[in-house]
Amino acid sequence: MAAVRPTTYTDEVVYTDEVAEFSPEVVEEMRSHLAKYPPERSRSALIPLLFVIQRERGWVDNPGVNFLANFLNLEVTDVWETATFYSMFNLHKVGRHHIQICKTLSCKIMGEPGITEHVCSKLGIHPGETTEDGKYTVSLVECLGSCGTAPMMQIGFDYHEDLTTEKVDKILDSLK
Amino acid sequence: MEIKAIGCEPLQLKRMHIENGHTLKVYRETGGYVSLKKALEMSPDDIIQTVKDSSLRGRGGAGFPTGMKWSFVPKDSPKSKYVVCNADESEPGSFKDRYLLERDPHALIEGMIIAGYTLGASTGYIYYRGEYNYLIAVMDRALTEAREAGLLGENILGTGFSMNIHTHTGAGAYICGEETALLSSLEGFRGHPRMKPPFPAVEGLYASPTVVNNVETFTSVPQIIEMGGTAWRDLGTEKSGGTKLWSISGHVKKPGVYELPMGYTDMEKFIMEDCGGMLRDDKKLKAVIPGGSSVYIMNAGQILGKGVTLDYEGLVEAGSMLGTGGMMVMDETVDVMETTMNLSEFYKHESCGWCTPCREGTDWMVKIFHRIAAGNGKPGDAQLLLDICDNIEGKSFCPLGDAAAWPVQSAIRQFPDDFMKWLDKKTNGSITANV
Repeated sequence: MAAVRPTTYTDEVVYTDEVAEFSPEVVEEMRSHLAKYPPERSRSALIPLLFVIQRERGWVDNPGVNFLANFLNLEVTDVWETATFYSMFNLHKVGRHHIQICKTLSCKIMGEPGITEHVCSKLGIHPGETTEDGKYTVSLVECLGSCGTAPMMQIGFDYHEDLTTEKVDKILDSLK
Repeated sequence: MEIKAIGCEPLQLKRMHIENGHTLKVYRETGGYVSLKKALEMSPDDIIQTVKDSSLRGRGGAGFPTGMKWSFVPKDSPKSKYVVCNADESEPGSFKDRYLLERDPHALIEGMIIAGYTLGASTGYIYYRGEYNYLIAVMDRALTEAREAGLLGENILGTGFSMNIHTHTGAGAYICGEETALLSSLEGFRGHPRMKPPFPAVEGLYASPTVVNNVETFTSVPQIIEMGGTAWRDLGTEKSGGTKLWSISGHVKKPGVYELPMGYTDMEKFIMEDCGGMLRDDKKLKAVIPGGSSVYIMNAGQILGKGVTLDYEGLVEAGSMLGTGGMMVMDETVDVMETTMNLSEFYKHESCGWCTPCREGTDWMVKIFHRIAAGNGKPGDAQLLLDICDNIEGKSFCPLGDAAAWPVQSAIRQFPDDFMKWLDKKTNGSITANV
């Protein structure tokens, strides 16, 4: 029988008690999120703060989660509980440029398969993989709300729409 | 991509093509915040009556009458009340809210302040889908402008009413478009839906009375206050008031966001003329999903020559639903088995896992679709899909289950040949259920 590989965050995370550290500016930014919610409801800031962790650490890692648990006075498992639900939180390391190609219906019928093939062959990886130099990750994702300008992809938070293979070449070449 | 109004003056799309329409200065120059001033001089009951008169129905998909939703908020509750904007636009096929958020943020702010005043809420949240993160800066700037101009914050326009609005982000979960799941998410939890009742109007955010409305619903409110409820309603039909934004994508020449009066006649003209007709002239129309992926798919025969009116009632009569108005047009090159598989994959991915029928059902449906697509379909697989749909529909905790079942049921019903083509040799036409 083939070994069963767990598919949750547990397959990559080495459990650690290490707590991430952040600059005073970043902590200040985190506090500005907290200010939006009633003081006794600070857990509300969890998702926005996980985005800060992801931006600063490159992904949602164990030390970052430990920091948030302390910061919000939650259990570590509370933070994981939320972090593991949402598809935008990367629980594995991803490349510096996370290329997310929309694969849902309108993009699919307007040329997504060709775009995906082009991006992947150019980078030499399959969807879900990261290039060896750690620069690019390609993911296929569900509808990004850009159906009128299909096919499209999101790199980081930037939308790239009405894609053609020529346009994809230009975009990829412009990434550093 | 086109952004324009057809058959009416642009109301929702008024500032789409105006330079700097997202700034307070231009918003005010084009009539902005006049309705807020007017509303603050009205009584909350009068505002609710005006919204009821307008026949405004929730633009997020379910189409629940907005005035009625607002009237459910208990007036005598000692708890803080909340107004929440559902900007978690994630229904495949829908992208209208994105342009409102990007180019007319003050219209949303104005609508939310009016709602806050009406319901006695002093805090509002705008819940963005995580992927729209890049739009939040636009809204934060607009909120700052509004605060600095005394339109938001303490003692708004000197009336003694105070309210603040904050942006909040989700992180990629379709289910958070369901209002109770959105509230769970806004509290920092997994986006699981909650049991109703209690409805959010009574126990919503932080177990306090909360109104959750779609972006387009809120941006309609200033227009309604300005014009008067019945005048706004009369732009559309008696039961479906006002104008509606439609997002058109797929195989048409001019995809985009269109504003149409409710009751616009007809769907064929809209697709074939207003949207420029089929993308490739030599390809015929095959299928349309009129209201976002969760509604019944229609075949060309249900549309062409049928005079389908574009409003809630007209689309139900034609065999589908208005939903979010996310219209996806497909030509004859499309295999409906494959497009339905694509949507099933979407629902499997987005099922929150809370209840068994939806979690297991969507997973099994995708397994069966993949088997069919690999050429290994078994006799009766179409029937098996229908049986699974039957075990999800109406039996799941929230409407996501129905939304996963309806596209499959309607696809097999309207396009049996596309399924039989894959199954023919093995099933000898064994779709027997009365679908």
